[in-house]
Amino acid sequence: MSEDIVLKTEDLTKHYGGVHALEGADFEMRKGEHVAIMGDNGAGKSTFVRQITGVEQRTRGKVWLYGDEVQFDGPLDAREAGIETVFQTLALADDLDVPDNLFLGREKTYADWLGPFRLLDYKAMRQATIDGLNRTAVKIPNIRNTIRNMSGGQRQCVAIARTATFHSKLTIMDEPTAALGVQETAQVENIIRTLKDEGEPLILISHNMRQVLDLVDRIVVFRRGRIVANLKKEETDGQDIVAYITGAKTGEEYMEHAL
Amino acid sequence: MADTSHGTGGLTFDKSKRSWPNELNILLALIIIIVIFEAIGQFAPYMRDQSFLFDTKDRFDSIFNEARLQIIVLQVAIIGIIALGVTQVIITAGIDLSSGPLVAATAMIAMSFAQTELVNGQPNPKALFGTWAMDLPVIVPVVIGLTFGAMIGAINGTFVAYLRIPPFIATLGMFLICRGIALWWSGGNPVSFPTDSYAFLGSGMMPVVWFVALAIVFQLIMSFTVYGKHTYAIGSNEEAARMSGINVRRHKVMVYMIASILAAFAGIVLSSKASTAQAGMGEFYELFAIAMAVIGGISLTGGRGSIIGTVLGAMVLGVIRSGFTYIKLDGSYQLMAMGAIIIAAVILDQYRQRNRA
Repeated sequence: MSEDIVLKTEDLTKHYGGVHALEGADFEMRKGEHVAIMGDNGAGKSTFVRQITGVEQRTRGKVWLYGDEVQFDGPLDAREAGIETVFQTLALADDLDVPDNLFLGREKTYADWLGPFRLLDYKAMRQATIDGLNRTAVKIPNIRNTIRNMSGGQRQCVAIARTATFHSKLTIMDEPTAALGVQETAQVENIIRTLKDEGEPLILISHNMRQVLDLVDRIVVFRRGRIVANLKKEETDGQDIVAYITGAKTGEEYMEHAL
Repeated sequence: MADTSHGTGGLTFDKSKRSWPNELNILLALIIIIVIFEAIGQFAPYMRDQSFLFDTKDRFDSIFNEARLQIIVLQVAIIGIIALGVTQVIITAGIDLSSGPLVAATAMIAMSFAQTELVNGQPNPKALFGTWAMDLPVIVPVVIGLTFGAMIGAINGTFVAYLRIPPFIATLGMFLICRGIALWWSGGNPVSFPTDSYAFLGSGMMPVVWFVALAIVFQLIMSFTVYGKHTYAIGSNEEAARMSGINVRRHKVMVYMIASILAAFAGIVLSSKASTAQAGMGEFYELFAIAMAVIGGISLTGGRGSIIGTVLGAMVLGVIRSGFTYIKLDGSYQLMAMGAIIIAAVILDQYRQRNRA
């Protein structure tokens, strides 16, 4: 397999009991590519992400990351392999401050022989946090503030800054601007453009048509747990995509599964 | 578009912008309570110019009434040791009701390996085992007691973290089981007459020494180690902690184990202090320990609070108990008043949270 392919899935499937949330997803993306995943609620977008990131265990199928077949036992595995995810639920601890959240689960430490009681290197984490936030031009008044006291946009920026701080091999964002105002959305989109400029591959899950057409190279549409279209941005438009999302149209190569 | 053109956008680590720590509020409350008792002592007609905290007998060598201070800290020290562990459990958004009976069970078990063979030249009248268990080095009962505590904690933690039993129910069950173990261990008889070295563990001001030392150790652990950070993270947002790759279940088991080991240690100190172990020991200790934590600003929804807060909460409870006796308030009123104070502490805390959010 080509080293050029960041992520490839084959027959990726997830059943929750009798519910077929994801069925035979074949997906591929190349280096530096930004891909959007679109689809109605319950179409299987988030399920797809949860299988790739190891949050859930897939029913069947294979996943390759940079040419290596991978099987993640948990989100930490995926993260160590270089997949950074900004979850819909944000996954931030409200009572901790910004550096604590950025480094949650992978703290910089010293005296590691102390096991679970190894000491936190607050200074290094603080510096890395400031560097990471500078890189993405995120504005947060005081990184010592707990997340609880921050606006939705600031929280989202913290969640995204986590990605930028760690130079991930693949970034996944699950509806990063769903709950944000106009200005905050613009800020998040700016971060995404920064990632694009730096050649970091990204999967963006979004309902926002303008945003998707604005930011990504390729659009993959999910419906009822299946991939129904794989569209280059230049060859499609909003109406076309909506047709795929609603089921008025199905991509030729996916016809055999059409319902 | 947000303006990101200049500088770091005010991105700073600014110590001066730290919020007013909750602990200072509790300290303030503690001082106010002391002042109130002092005022009642000075001005209430039936008190005849006594002082709550200061030495009124005009001895040259002292300012404070050391006897009362000693009683206050001694009263809270042993329950305070339990509260240190309960605090950590509550920070993970859990609860531990089993600590009181665990104190009794551990006291019985540890004491039965700490007995002396001869009491005043006679065989120990309360001997539980044969002579093989007599006059053992002090390390033996301590290790056995703490191991028992660790075991109970591991069971609590396993039920809560792996079998997903609500902490309230899991530890309520353990509450009854431990009380049962305490009764069963010696058939309800007290176990008494410890070795000198065992008796030393809880003699004099030793309980306070343990309490303060452990409080310092655990405050440092909670603030500066990965264990502490993960404990706060789990209580703050368990899902986030899990997604960040923290082994939440294993961590919870560890927290419950530490809490139970601390409760077991409190049982050892208590039995040493009393020179005897009885199955009825430690009644309501679990509730007072939780009360200390709650007064100390530990949020029952998890994620917030500190060991220092709990220590101050323990002091508040101790001062109130001592103060009520000092102003000659009847025991029945004392209980009612303390109950009211605990509820008031939670209401105040919730009010504070709402105002801040």
